[in-house]
Amino acid sequence: MTTDVQGLGAGDSKLRDPRVRAVIYQVLVIAIFVAFVAYVGHNTAVNLEKRGIASGFGFLSQPSGFGIGIVLLMDYSSQTSTHFDVLLIGIINTLAVSLSGIFLATIIGFVFGVLRLSKNWVVNKIAAVYIEVVRNIPLLVQLLFWYFAVLGVMPLVKNSFTLGESFLINNRGIYFPSIIPTSGFWLIPVAMLVAIVLWVAIGKWARKRQDLTGETFPVFWAGLGVFIALPVIAAFVMGLPYDIGSPTLGRFNISGGWALEPEFLALLIGLAVYTGAFIAEIVRSGINSVSHGQTEAAHSLGIRPSRTMRLVILPQALRVIVPPLTSQYLNLVKNSSLATAIGYADITAIFAGTSLNQTGQAIEVIGITMLFYLSISLIISMFMNWYNKRIALVER
Amino acid sequence: MKKASFIAIAATATVMATSATAGTLDDVKAKGFIQCGVTTGLAGFAAPDNDGKWQGFDVDFCRSMSAAIFGDPDKVKYTPTTAKERFTALQSGEIDVLARNTTWTLSRDVNLGFEFVGVNYYDGQGFMVRKSLGVKSALELDGARVCLQSGTTTELNLADYFTANGMKYDSVLFDTADEVREAYMQDTCDVYTTDQSGLYAQRSVIANPEEHIVLPEIISKEPLGPLVRHGDNQWGDIARWTLNAMIATEEHNITSANAADLLANTKNPGIQRILGKSGDLGEQLGLDKAFAYNIVTMVGNYGESFSKHLGEGTPLNIARGLNAQWNKGGILYSPPMR
Repeated sequence: MTTDVQGLGAGDSKLRDPRVRAVIYQVLVIAIFVAFVAYVGHNTAVNLEKRGIASGFGFLSQPSGFGIGIVLLMDYSSQTSTHFDVLLIGIINTLAVSLSGIFLATIIGFVFGVLRLSKNWVVNKIAAVYIEVVRNIPLLVQLLFWYFAVLGVMPLVKNSFTLGESFLINNRGIYFPSIIPTSGFWLIPVAMLVAIVLWVAIGKWARKRQDLTGETFPVFWAGLGVFIALPVIAAFVMGLPYDIGSPTLGRFNISGGWALEPEFLALLIGLAVYTGAFIAEIVRSGINSVSHGQTEAAHSLGIRPSRTMRLVILPQALRVIVPPLTSQYLNLVKNSSLATAIGYADITAIFAGTSLNQTGQAIEVIGITMLFYLSISLIISMFMNWYNKRIALVER
Repeated sequence: MKKASFIAIAATATVMATSATAGTLDDVKAKGFIQCGVTTGLAGFAAPDNDGKWQGFDVDFCRSMSAAIFGDPDKVKYTPTTAKERFTALQSGEIDVLARNTTWTLSRDVNLGFEFVGVNYYDGQGFMVRKSLGVKSALELDGARVCLQSGTTTELNLADYFTANGMKYDSVLFDTADEVREAYMQDTCDVYTTDQSGLYAQRSVIANPEEHIVLPEIISKEPLGPLVRHGDNQWGDIARWTLNAMIATEEHNITSANAADLLANTKNPGIQRILGKSGDLGEQLGLDKAFAYNIVTMVGNYGESFSKHLGEGTPLNIARGLNAQWNKGGILYSPPMR
């Protein structure tokens, strides 16, 4: 009984061992890939050099020299600010529209997802029409619709639509009074932070009490009360430490006050409405995935329908909802780059657009822009995966 | 093993493909047409007509190059580019020449790795507003909302001008001229700024052009011209002398109508040289000796092209102004063709 196992005879080389061969192939493929990347990199550098095209990241510290329409949280001047500032503004603007878009799209999606399951025929059909219409029209067309056909035909500046003295709507945006901090203003944000901490503490206390006694406590309303009351008290304690800037009509435009520009609004509404329709379908499928027996069981125990939804159905549905929800969030962030079509100053429009054009350094600029989108998407994925794990079914 | 060797072959093929470069003229002759970058549509300069054929002043430059190289003005394929895309398209070799009312600046010439072959339109940046605003001068524009195209020198000039005059503005940037015009028409902005030729072009296609006024100030020098990549001097020479031939033929009163007659009968040695009856100017460029004759008979001289697309009688109705010949009060000046 000394028949050799085929291919593993004493005289055969190690190359016959499938495990060894697998390692060799993998090393080979990696080596070729690395060589290919190195070659492309080298080739690019040589060709850039040969054509006299500048390379490197020195351009980031050069003055930008152009104006930007929407600047948040930063000071920007075309004469002193650099292309790096342009990058930061682009990032801030992209994040601003993406995060508010995600927030709004989630609300729209959950509301319409639940409405889609309503037994009320009219409500059900309204949700169905919204979802089917919005999902099947390209986002770019929808953005142009919101920008040119909806916001563009608002009243002109000279005959703005006004609510009270200092709330104005026209085709250049929505204007409302601004709060200009004066000395002592710091206490108000501090009060808000304290209120949030208190809100969380109330929640924990209420849960403990419910576990012990079975009595419930209106955490949301109590928390909201604290959140409103504390800053108001803080404001009065410091003697109203702010001025109100109200929007007034200048020669061309409204000045003073805070404004939501039509470019921002159109992009925000477009993204939220579009992504919301997809989220609604995800929510509906999630709720449908929970067996109807669960609802009936909850009802037979005398749990009210709203609580059944919140405490029985949704927690189970979320396990189905969250993974596809993540990819909708990622889509929303990436779709925000369509901003360039309607003049919103996001990173693609001003950094990968104007800065690229003024400096001509396509590889560096596009590289940075891609890295940014990649990082944001990965961060969102990581957060959602963490959340998904937290709500996942714990099995023994 | 199959997978690994496939990747190796693919990698080798890529290496060979990327390292093969030849003269642009040879490439163009081999593929049989010129790939010419133009605007996405600017009336008078480059826009498709009702039959989908590209027409315009910049398009005529591409057609002239085609006439000079192939003896046929229609061996051109057009690539519409936005202001943002145009430079990458030329750098990457997607297009052979860019004729897209592009301003000649030092950094574009040097840093971006291009060669401007001359100026085919001397322009300057201006402002257009609604007459109903009652604005008479650009200095009254403090606080205005300005619509403009991104990726242009316009953005830089605008920032400089408003800063220099201590004024503020809001800018709204769009990719294409059509989007800017649409936003301006909806009164999303008070002001439309671009090169004055562009303002006239846009005003010619909007409803009620008489309700809009182009302000008198010109806030910048905008020498617009065609450009090619650095590093292929022969191709650059051909583009440069195509433009110069258009200008020189006008200077010598050679038109599409009289060129054949002049070729046969003229005693003027300068005209004989330009039309290729004597000398070897065409051969020096690596072209047919009748290259300038082909340009002027198939496309027309500079003046003919200008009056066909931009001049008085067209919707744009632009006066020659700076773009008249040097001996007619302008600054258009071709180096001698000899």
